Amino acid sequence: MIEIKDLHKSYQMGSNSLHVLKGIDFSVKEGELVSIMGSSGSGKSTLLNILGMLDEADSGSYFLDGMPIKNLNEKVAAKYRNKFLGFIFQSFNLITYKSALDNVAMPLYYQGVKRKERLEKALHYLSKVGLADWASHLPNELSGGQKQRVAIARALASEPKVLLADEPTGALDTKTSYEVMELIQGINDEGKTILIVTHEPDIANMTKRIVNLKDGVIIDDTLVEQVKAVAHV
Amino acid sequence: MFSIERWQEIFETISKNKLRTFLTGVSVASGIFILVLLLGVGQGMQNGIAKEFEGDSTSSIWVWTRTTSVEYKGLNPGRRINLTNEDYAFINKSNESTLEHSSSRARRWGILVTYGKESGSYGIEGIYPDFQVIENEEMVSGRYVNQNDIDEQNKVAVIGNKIKRDLFKKDEEAVGEYIEINGIPFKVIGVYSDKAGEREEDRVFIPSPIAQQIFGLGPNINGLAFSLAPEENFETAVQKSEQFVEAMTTYLKAKHIIAPEDDRAIGVNNNLENAKRFYNLIFMIKAFFWWVGICTIIAGIVGVSNIMLIIVKERTKEIGIRKAIGAQPASIIGLILQEAIFVTALAGFVGLILGLALLEFAGPLVQTEFILNPSVDFNVALTTVFILIFAGALAGFFPAWRAVRIKPIVALRDE
Repeated sequence: MIEIKDLHKSYQMGSNSLHVLKGIDFSVKEGELVSIMGSSGSGKSTLLNILGMLDEADSGSYFLDGMPIKNLNEKVAAKYRNKFLGFIFQSFNLITYKSALDNVAMPLYYQGVKRKERLEKALHYLSKVGLADWASHLPNELSGGQKQRVAIARALASEPKVLLADEPTGALDTKTSYEVMELIQGINDEGKTILIVTHEPDIANMTKRIVNLKDGVIIDDTLVEQVKAVAHV
Repeated sequence: MFSIERWQEIFETISKNKLRTFLTGVSVASGIFILVLLLGVGQGMQNGIAKEFEGDSTSSIWVWTRTTSVEYKGLNPGRRINLTNEDYAFINKSNESTLEHSSSRARRWGILVTYGKESGSYGIEGIYPDFQVIENEEMVSGRYVNQNDIDEQNKVAVIGNKIKRDLFKKDEEAVGEYIEINGIPFKVIGVYSDKAGEREEDRVFIPSPIAQQIFGLGPNINGLAFSLAPEENFETAVQKSEQFVEAMTTYLKAKHIIAPEDDRAIGVNNNLENAKRFYNLIFMIKAFFWWVGICTIIAGIVGVSNIMLIIVKERTKEIGIRKAIGAQPASIIGLILQEAIFVTALAGFVGLILGLALLEFAGPLVQTEFILNPSVDFNVALTTVFILIFAGALAGFFPAWRAVRIKPIVALRDE
């Protein structure tokens, strides 16, 4: 599903450049649940942004579902993002003036799905994350966990190949974190490929594979025995 | 651009951001509203002044004589010029089609007028019936001098309101009574009032031949008064009156052996020409109103630009989110611009309609001679609305363009 070879990325900080990713080789097969770990500054978020086409690598190759992701213009990048990827952010990034339902329906709007069908589909995904009763609420009327569920429903709505989650539990308490992880595990069990960036070991242990990043290189990549979140809820 | 989906999205955004929309709208609507009012009042002033000067009495031309100032054909300067009945008759005859009313004036100032024990000194003026219209005298009671009085040389007098108040008791009827002018009894046939007020109401009008008789003028007269037939077009009226004045003075100068370049001997006051000067003044006032209006619109444009900048800034994060979930750059710019254009257009038309409605309903209530039927050219107002919409779109485009070019990851970090 994801194929990365010798990926480099550096940022210009004034006169000196900061080499963040120093040759990453990495691949993810369909149906995997992978966590990318590392301390802050290890380059894990940068890697996720490049995977999410929110940022571009300096060199190296990146194939997503067999498609080369290179020198995309804004238009094509937007199309690929919409078609292949679903994003889950630490700070949820819901549109504040739209109801939960409308937020979930947004990616479908950009796919050109008609309004009626869009709202039906959105409601389906909202009920999948257990928030059908909250459809008409605005984000600020929801708790953190609920917001993240809405964000997950939104990420699922466009039926992407890969879900990218950047610290999805970073803003949540432990109990809510586990609830969210339970949801993510459930989605993965249905066959969705999911990548999670986290620095919390307990969250990482709930995935099937842990990739450890340090100073821009992968130092460790191991399959782990998945801890089911449901046991902790 | 015209997809229903996009409009639904825009209406949703508008309904969720009422204050922002309202402020943009108010800034646009007030600009257009003020412009419409200014233009309307400018037009109203023009209408008002046009009416003041297009009335019969104000299209009048007055002629009087003085002494010559230039030596001509062996005649010394300083010679007193006297117009005669013959001049009056000739001008009347040769300008029959242009003239509507005409009268000669044979007058004396400071003549003693008595009634019973009361007396005062007033101006006595010998005139023809047309003079009433030219001078725009309104009858308070009785009638004016008529052709019969001229033909039969009746000793009748029309007195001003002020004279009536001076000589007669408050409730006393003046018409039918006899007053003495220079010791000669005249029957009062009417009392007139003048819009200009008291200073124009201290004259006694009597038939011209009688005045010439009692003042011993012979065929001489002191002046002439004319009014021209009304014209559809103001410019034509001015032009015709100038032609008439030119022809008349040329004739009079030839007749009385006055040098053609001598402008002193014969005085002419052409009220239409004065009106034209007022028109120029009005033009200046209108130009000023336009200037103020355009400045208002520019202020409106700056206001809209400002709000658009803030809107885009405020929506940077939202733009980032939309991009992350697959919005194309063109779709985002389109969304912002369409919203801006929609709000500006709607507010612009609201301002336009409010302004027009105010002019329509409040216009007739304005109680002043200087403003009449304030109205505004609809096309001009419409054009302004479109300029404002265009400016709003332009003002929204650049910040939107910049926001869209920001990488989504940067926009997402924006708090």
